[in-house]
Amino acid sequence: MFNFPDIYEQQKRNRRMTVLIMALFILFFGFLGYGFDLFYLGSDPLGVLGEATGGFPLGTVLALLVAGGSSALGLAKGAQAVLSSAHAYPIPENDPKFKVLQDVVEEVSIAAGIPTPRIYIIPDADPNALATGKDPEHSYIAVTEGLLATVNRDELQGVVAHEISHVKNYDIRLITIIAVLVGAIFLLSDWGGRAMRFGFGGGSRKRIRLSGNLGALALVIFAVWLIALILSPIISQVLAMAVSRQREYLADASGAELTRNPLALAGALEKLDSASAPTASIKKGSANLCIVDPLGRKMNAKEGKLADLFGTHPPISKRITYLKAMAYQIHPTTA
Amino acid sequence: MGFVFFLIIVALILLWAIFKYNALVALKNQVINGWKQIDVQLKRRHDLIPNLVNTVKGYMEFEQDTLRQVIEARNAAVSAKGIAEAAAKEGELSNVLTRLFALMENYPTLKANENVKGLQEELTSTENKVSFARQFYNDIATKFNIAQQVFPGNIIANIFGFKPSELFQIENAAEREVPSVNLSLKK
Repeated sequence: MFNFPDIYEQQKRNRRMTVLIMALFILFFGFLGYGFDLFYLGSDPLGVLGEATGGFPLGTVLALLVAGGSSALGLAKGAQAVLSSAHAYPIPENDPKFKVLQDVVEEVSIAAGIPTPRIYIIPDADPNALATGKDPEHSYIAVTEGLLATVNRDELQGVVAHEISHVKNYDIRLITIIAVLVGAIFLLSDWGGRAMRFGFGGGSRKRIRLSGNLGALALVIFAVWLIALILSPIISQVLAMAVSRQREYLADASGAELTRNPLALAGALEKLDSASAPTASIKKGSANLCIVDPLGRKMNAKEGKLADLFGTHPPISKRITYLKAMAYQIHPTTA
Repeated sequence: MGFVFFLIIVALILLWAIFKYNALVALKNQVINGWKQIDVQLKRRHDLIPNLVNTVKGYMEFEQDTLRQVIEARNAAVSAKGIAEAAAKEGELSNVLTRLFALMENYPTLKANENVKGLQEELTSTENKVSFARQFYNDIATKFNIAQQVFPGNIIANIFGFKPSELFQIENAAEREVPSVNLSLKK
């Protein structure tokens, strides 16, 4: 019964996952870049198609630079990118309007034993909240103006506790990196598409000669490469799915463990659910960071295997049921 | 050959002892930090109370008894010595404060006062911080104590004279319990 989500296990898993995803991402870019070298520039330094031919692997080097660069940048500046894409602004010092929010964030940070995250406001009337950053020492919590107007103090505490749980277990690092990398993949597929349009038209200087068995191999590799390039936006979607629904349930549970008040978060979720308008300020890439889906996608209201695979958030009704069950286990008479 | 083997075993045991010792020291420091956090929040609360009482005194002339109790409980808490006594006195202070807040609900003019509103938010937040800091301290202190008691860590704890930490417990029927989580429920 008392199987609390083990925060240290989660932290470890999230750190590993971040490294894995960054490595996969760089490999994937390298593969695409090498294909570009192979089929457009006609250089094959590794000898994939038989004999190694010289020539500077421009595509590979560029792609690896872009991939490595955006991964490093994602770690260092991902949070700022997420916040500025949502037009978030930091709360002014000692503004009585945001006093309660500041107090609540400080309270929950004490409960979690982490430094107080920096607090940002997203100018949007729809209630929502997100957390981002590299680690608990460099973390940010942003809430919409709509959230402050909608929920009461206890409910705000529940929402903040959910976000602080994402901070403490390093979900923020993984999800922020994914948000940044997904953006880079979109850029790449755009770039690849353009290269293809121009590449085929203008005759390439030394396009590889395809002949015999070698030709068949090259054709297969070319097909795989082309498909990978075309499918890259879908692959990025799969990456984003590494951030499964389970994460939201866990953050709900750990948040309730921090505040000892599952019903407050349940109440907040009810209010967030009934405000069904999408949060326009929050971009698609940051959806995984939010407490409720900012896009209001239908997929997230559904259950079942397919919805579990593609959904970013669990159905809110299900989350409320869980939280109420937790409350019932504490005080069987009042819940 | 046998001698080398013996040396390797000794080296492994030494490494383990160092690792265990460092882990215990790290936990001990976390406990000390946890206690400091409680202390900071308690001081804040002690500073805020006279302020609040002075502000509401004029409005709540019929509640002089409660106000006096709040001040007395506050002074008792300030002069408490040791973790156990501090915990008991702070618990009493929390109880009278809750009563005062409940009484304040009966005074609409008082509740409308911006100054009072600000003070009340300040105190509510400090109350929460005290209880969260206590929650965190107790969790980490329990972990520290368990690490000292279980075999074979207890050998290291004994050799280096680690002492179990006292928990900060308050007697309060309305104490919030730890919710139990069961994610194995069918989704």
